[in-house]
Parts: sequence; C-alpha cells; structure tokens
Amino acid sequence: MNKPVEITKLSPKDFETDQEVRWCPGCGDYAILKGVQMALANTGARPENTVFVSGIGCSSRFPYYISTYGFHTIHGRAPGFATGIKLTNPDLDVWLVTGDGDGLSIGGNHMLHVLRRNVDLQIMLFNNEIYGLTKGQYSPTSRPGLKTPSSPYGSVDAPLSPCVFALGAGARFVARGIDTSLKELPITLARAKEHKGASFVEIYQNCIVYNDNVFGEFTEKKTAQDTQIHLKDGERMIFGKDIKKGLRFNQDKFALEVVILGENGITEDDILIHDEKNRHMAFMLCEIEAPEYPAVCGVIYCNPSESYDHSVTAQIEKVKETKKADFNALLRSGRTWIVD
Amino acid sequence: MSGQPFMKIQNSAIQELDSVVVRFAGDSGDGMQLTGSQFSVVTALEGSDLSTFPDFPAEIRAPVGTTFGVSAFQINFGSVEISTAGDEPDVLVIMNPAALKVNIGNLRKGGLIILDEGSFNIKNLKKAGYEINPLDDDSLSQYDVKRIDITKMTVEAVKEFGLGNKDALRCKNMWTLGLLLWMFGRKRQTIIESLEQKFASKPELAEANIAALNAGHAFGETAEMSYALHRYHVNRYKEEAGTYRTVNGNQSLSWGILAGSQLAGLKLVLGSYPITPASPLLHTLSGLKEFGVVTFQAEDEIAAICAAIGASFAGGLGMTTSSGPGIALKTEALGLAISTELPLIVVDIQRAGPSTGLPTKTEQSDLYQAVWGRNGDAPLVVLSVSNSTDGFDVGIEAVRIATKYMTPVMILSDGYIANASEPWRIPDINDYEPFPVKFHKDPEGFHPFLRNTETLARVWAKPGTEGLMHRIGGIEKDYNSGHISYDAVNHQKMTDVRKAKIDNIANDFPLQKVSLGTEGGKLAVVGWGSTSGAIHQAVKRARNDGMDVSHIHLRHIWPLPRNLEELLKSYDKVIVAEMNAGQLNTLLRSQYLLDTTLLSKVTGQPFKIQEITDAIIENLGGIK
Repeated sequence: MNKPVEITKLSPKDFETDQEVRWCPGCGDYAILKGVQMALANTGARPENTVFVSGIGCSSRFPYYISTYGFHTIHGRAPGFATGIKLTNPDLDVWLVTGDGDGLSIGGNHMLHVLRRNVDLQIMLFNNEIYGLTKGQYSPTSRPGLKTPSSPYGSVDAPLSPCVFALGAGARFVARGIDTSLKELPITLARAKEHKGASFVEIYQNCIVYNDNVFGEFTEKKTAQDTQIHLKDGERMIFGKDIKKGLRFNQDKFALEVVILGENGITEDDILIHDEKNRHMAFMLCEIEAPEYPAVCGVIYCNPSESYDHSVTAQIEKVKETKKADFNALLRSGRTWIVD
Repeated sequence: MSGQPFMKIQNSAIQELDSVVVRFAGDSGDGMQLTGSQFSVVTALEGSDLSTFPDFPAEIRAPVGTTFGVSAFQINFGSVEISTAGDEPDVLVIMNPAALKVNIGNLRKGGLIILDEGSFNIKNLKKAGYEINPLDDDSLSQYDVKRIDITKMTVEAVKEFGLGNKDALRCKNMWTLGLLLWMFGRKRQTIIESLEQKFASKPELAEANIAALNAGHAFGETAEMSYALHRYHVNRYKEEAGTYRTVNGNQSLSWGILAGSQLAGLKLVLGSYPITPASPLLHTLSGLKEFGVVTFQAEDEIAAICAAIGASFAGGLGMTTSSGPGIALKTEALGLAISTELPLIVVDIQRAGPSTGLPTKTEQSDLYQAVWGRNGDAPLVVLSVSNSTDGFDVGIEAVRIATKYMTPVMILSDGYIANASEPWRIPDINDYEPFPVKFHKDPEGFHPFLRNTETLARVWAKPGTEGLMHRIGGIEKDYNSGHISYDAVNHQKMTDVRKAKIDNIANDFPLQKVSLGTEGGKLAVVGWGSTSGAIHQAVKRARNDGMDVSHIHLRHIWPLPRNLEELLKSYDKVIVAEMNAGQLNTLLRSQYLLDTTLLSKVTGQPFKIQEITDAIIENLGGIK
C-alpha cells in the first residue's frame, strides 16, 4: 500500500530560484514576481506541476526567477508553446508571461487565438506602454504623442486597450491589477488560476527607465482610493476615500459616469452592481480611463465555458471508446490484394 | 514505358505489352483525378506494378474550358518494374480542346489519342486558343486519333435517370473509364462498388455513373471494328509475396511518423497550418484519434511549430508539417528547438518556389533552407523521402533519431511523391524494434543540459516530474549548469557541442550504398528524394546498353553518410541530378571539394528518364 504523501504547504520563498534577478532596480516586475510567488503559495501550487512560459522582452525573463518548470521562448509566440504544452499534458498548470509589445504587437495574432480558443492558461500581460529591452521605443499601448527614440516628434500610432482586445477576442476571464498593489494582485491571480480556460490579466507595470510614472495619476498611494476602483462581484461599484463615489450607467449617453453619493439626489440604488458574467458591462468597464474615471481593477469579467484542451482531450477519449487502435489494421484499411 | 513501343496494330488480336503510360486530361471539372485514381486501383488490384502522377492546377475551379484549368492524371503500369509515372504517354485521353492543347506536346509519336469529339465545339476551341479545329487539319496526323462523341453517348446512356444536363455530363469520365477498362481487359466491379459507396445518399447518381461506365465498356465491344479500337494485355508483375495496397507519399509519411511515435512510446502532437501540398498529413493524422494523436490546426505556421515544440517540452513528440513558404515562417522557432535541444519532427513537402511559386508543382529547392536556413550556427538532421512508399521507414527513422539525439529532424518530401501512388507491400508493425524513450527521473546532480557522453544528447526531463524543475530558453546555456550564460568561452563550447552532436549522427546512419551498379567506375549519378525512380530507370537502361554508370541515392542529407566522400571519389565523374538549381550539388562540392556536374531541372515537372539518359551519354563522352 502506498504511504499517504504528506504535502507540505509551500511559502512564497519556496518559489524563488537561485538566479540573480536582472531587471532594473525599481522595476515594477519585482513586485509582480512577489505577487505571483504569493499567489502560488496561497493556492497550494506544486512547483513540479507548474510551468511558466514567456516570449521575449523584459517581462519574459520572468520564468528564470520562479522555481517551477519554465520555458523562455521566442518573441510573441508564447501562446503557441503554452497551447502545445497544455494539449500534451492538460494536468499541468500553465502560466504565460508577456508584455504589451510581445503580446499585442508581434504576438497579437496568437493572443487573439489563444483567447478565442479558451486554452486553460493564466495569461499575465505586463503593460508598461513601452519597449524596454530594446531601449525605449513606443509600443502598441503607448499614448499618442509619446516621444521615444523611434518617435522623436511624438508617436502618431493609435493605442490599443489590452482588456478591450481580450474581451473582443472572446476571453472568458478578464482582470486587471497594478504591480505594486500587493494586497489585491495575488487575489486576482488566484482567481485567474482557479478559472478553467484562458484567464487574461493585464498588470499595469511601471518602467522606471523608459516610461517612469506613466500610470502615476492613479497609482499614487496617497490618492489611490479616489483614482482606483476594485471590483467585487455582486457589489456596488463604489469607491473613494470617503466611499462616496460610484459608477452609474447614464442611459442618455449610453456610457458610464462617475457620480457622488448624496449629490443631485444620487443614492446607492443608482450605483451599478458588478456582475462578472455581464460582457456588455465588462466592455464599458474596460474602456473607461483615468483621469476622467478611476482605474478599474480586479476581476472585470468571468464567465467560464469549456476549455480548448479539455474539448480536445474529451474528443480523443470519445473516439478511443468506439475505435480500437490497431496499427496493422490501419495499414490494411481500404483496398488490399495478396501476392502469393 | 520500358518495353517495346506502343504501336498501331492492324489486326484485332489482343496485343501484349510490358508496360504502358496512360494520361487522362480534361477540365478541372471533368473528374480526371477521380478517373485516374479509380483506374489505378483496378490496375493495382489486377497485379500490375504502377506509378502515378496527378498533375493539377492550383485553382480549385478555374474557368471552364481554359488551358490553365486543365487537370491531368498519368499512370505508368506494367508487368515489369515501374519506378516513374513514365516519360511520355502512350495513350492520351482528352476530354476537351484545352486538354489537347496542353498535353499533345508530350505524347509519344504514333501514340493513341482517345478524344471526346463532342467537346470540340467552337466555344471550347476558342477558349483553348485554337483558331482552326485540330481535328480538321493535319496537326494530329502523326498520332492514332480515335474521335468519339463521348458527350453525346454519355447523355444517351444516362437519359433514363432524368438527371439535369450538368449532372449527366459529369458522368462523361465514367463512360471514358469504362472504355479504358475494356481496352485493357480490366474488371469493373471494384469501381461499381466504390460508386455505390460514394453516392450512397444519391442512388440515382450512382446508377447513372454505373450506367455510363457500362456504356463506355459496351462501346468498346461493339465499336471495335468501326473505330478500329484494339485491346491490350498487361501481365501481372511478379512481386514479393505479401499483402499489398496502394499508398501515396503523404500517407506513408503520416503513418511512418505515427508508427515512430508508437515505437518511442510517445503521444504524437501535430501542430499544423493548411498548405499545399502538405495538408493531407494534417487530414490523415486528425482522423487517427484512436491512437491518441493530438492535432492542432493553428492560426499560422509559426504557432503550429511553437505548439509542436511546446509538446516536446511537455514530454510528447512534437511534429509540424508544411511546405517551403511555411517552413520559412517556422525558421525562428526551429532555432529555439535546436538551442533547447528538443526532439521535433518537421515535414517539408516541397513545392516549386520561391515565394508562392507554383503551389501544385513539384521541386526540390528547399535543401538549402533545410540544411542551412537559420540564424546562427544551427545544425539539425535532414532526411529525404525517395518514393511514395518510402515515407513509412523515413518517418520511423526520423522519430528514432529525434528522440535518441534530442534534435529536430527535418524530412524533405515533395509534391510529386506526396500525391503519386505506388503499390506497397504492407509491413507488419511488430517487425519493427521499439525504441522507448526514457525520461530523466533522478534529481541527483540534475541539470537540463546533462549530456549522454556517447550521443551528446541532453537529458529529457518533463514537467510533472518532482525535483527536476528547470528553466530553458533561447538564450545561451551554461554547459555545466544549464543556466543562462553570456560567457564567451562557454558559447564556443556550446556551439561546438551542438555541431558535434549532429555530426556524430552520421555514425548512426547506415553506410551509403550504391543503389544500382558498382562501387567505383566511370560515372555515378547522385540523386536524392523523388528523382529516385527516373535515375534508377535511366541507369538501368544505360547499364543494359553496356555503359559504366552507377546510381547513388541519398536518404541522409545532413549529416551526410560517413563513407559518401570516399564512395563519390571512386568514380571518374559524378553527376548530381536534382529538381533545383544545384543545391545538393553545392553541398557536395563544399563538403568534399569534389568537381561534380549538375543536371538541373526546375519546370515543376519530375525528371524524364530520357533527360537523365541524355546526361549519362553526354558525360560518358557520347559513347555508349
């Protein structure tokens, strides 16, 4: 008889590697790394069953610093590798680490397809609105007018919203976090891990060297309560230091607006209740931006459906039930003849 | 045709033939591929050796009646060994003027033309670009032309089934097939059965097609005298005893790689993206789920290979299939598979390039791409497929090498053998020695780039294994720990070991044999891939005529067989015959400083035996 295996609970430290972390001092990636290690420990993840897959860029160095299995692949293509891993062994817990350049520019096509197929992965997109590792060119999420080495007169590219993209691609789980919000980020990531299917998490990440403080208007600790809203399913979208601000649906404008409780006759009943399964609401929540609106954080959309890897495996199992795998019979299928 | 010429005969006796080449040609909508493949099945079942060549346009439904919409199917069959689809047709079956225009140039002088006179109307003649009806002038005088109004007779034959005009005309090909079956004394039953099966849900179509088939056959019987039609007989080919089937290159290769994965004890995971002429591998394997095969039709060529590499990382056998343009897209990912030293099967069904090139025409012009086409020093193994049946053994060997040496293996096949069928003596899977993969399990002293001192292969540790967690990627690895390393000396060492690992595989390959002829002599013709049949026949005939020439055919392109240099240097002269502008030629010259002579052909068509024969004669100084 097998002895019952005692599984010791691991701490965030158990997910650290002996590799020297080579991000710039002060980079938001350090905080995210910590947040992920906390999420792994909190959810009882086993290092041997966990795989981190990444593409190319600052964010994509991530696997080297997590003591699980890791695959640092090529630029933009991590979704393909992750899909292959999951199709080969669906029992593995696979995380994908990418950035705004890797995941939305060179790898935009793959991001679209991995989301629509709903491969059971946690996809963390570190958005710093800049190309860091190639020394500061504008990215597909950079704001218009941004001056960089490749846009000395200001970028004229229209930027893309990662969460709107993900929803549009058919993602069944869309969330957002902030690198330094270590209270909330591990919880959001744990939700992502729990979700069966592709979980897309955009993480605002500060690039201290090439795009410092680009999210400053809502990440500043002192004013954060007034500039961020942290969603909870089934609860009203109320925020602010005095818990007086809320999001209301303005029917005339067909848009969300920020209102103040107690002003102009606004009561709690006017404030929207967050419904993670409402895709229309999710689109609106993904589209609003600071400074007019608070930065929307937490789980914006979670509406599970069968994952791709599960469907593929189930189909194979179903065929196996009805057809015998007989190789010699396969070779002799169709018309054959005998030469004596 | 390797025997006597196919001649006009005057009496009504059945003429014996050693071999014969028949080419069916018509509009894309005339069903020539179906006709040809049905004729092939019957021919195979009745014991002839055979080789086929489907030759069709890239357009799915080109405008009716045009020359670029002509689709053809050639079959060479005989009681003697057949190894190509034949240089020149002896019999040309013509369903419309455009088909005549495109195919007449290749017909043997004195050859037989069976044509549908009913299709030679003003409209079709104009579409084919004929100002004068070739049936009305003497342009066909050197051939034996049988003008038969197949259109009219088919419509008559299927009248009772009340089909519309379009459906009725679609039976023309079966009428023609019926006539051909009569000519060669073949039975109709197999075809009747397959028509019943094909049109099971539309019995009136099945009946009409069968009626047309029978009518064509009956026409032969009754019109024998008035049309001076003759019957021919081709004896059985004396093959090795066993169970046979026909197989094309894509089928045999799909099955070979699956067999390899079974022998290795691995789950086969195919990442692929549709492309001509490689898609049938995806189609075949996606239908074999009972073997646990996972097929992933990716969003593009890149995602397809990435998924395959991911599969190998996870402990499966990753495989990707494509043709030249797709392989180009996979190049960067292939470099990662080489750098991370993961097993991977990459299949390139070559087609005429560059760029989109001629998608449905054949060529062997991806050899440079396979051997050298990557950034950095990135060696891998390249194997080639020599005929329609060879893919089975090549597939198995590719998997064995990939898993034993932890390396990508690229298999080069091409559009010709991909689609061409040949009889195949079906092997027994139990006759193949299994080579089960042993995954690394021991955490003691583990790092991911621990190497087997003999094979230089690194250990394969798959996710899910306790204590072996590791991180790998495309950044250079430290030789002693597998961690990322920017060290200069280490990069030299790792580059050297990657090269040494691949070079060493030559010791695992069998010694290069002389396919036909002698070791040493005046002349050797070296080939690789689908040119095998044409070179074999040309060398065989030349040797029969007393010429000192041998045939050397390569399966192993990289690394090259370890005795090849010595072998090639044992001939006074070496011709390299290939369907590109000289890629193997360059490779051999660069490796061996050998003064080879190139015989190149890049027309999108396979070599003719005669073309190789001419080169042999020329290189032997014009003396037999």
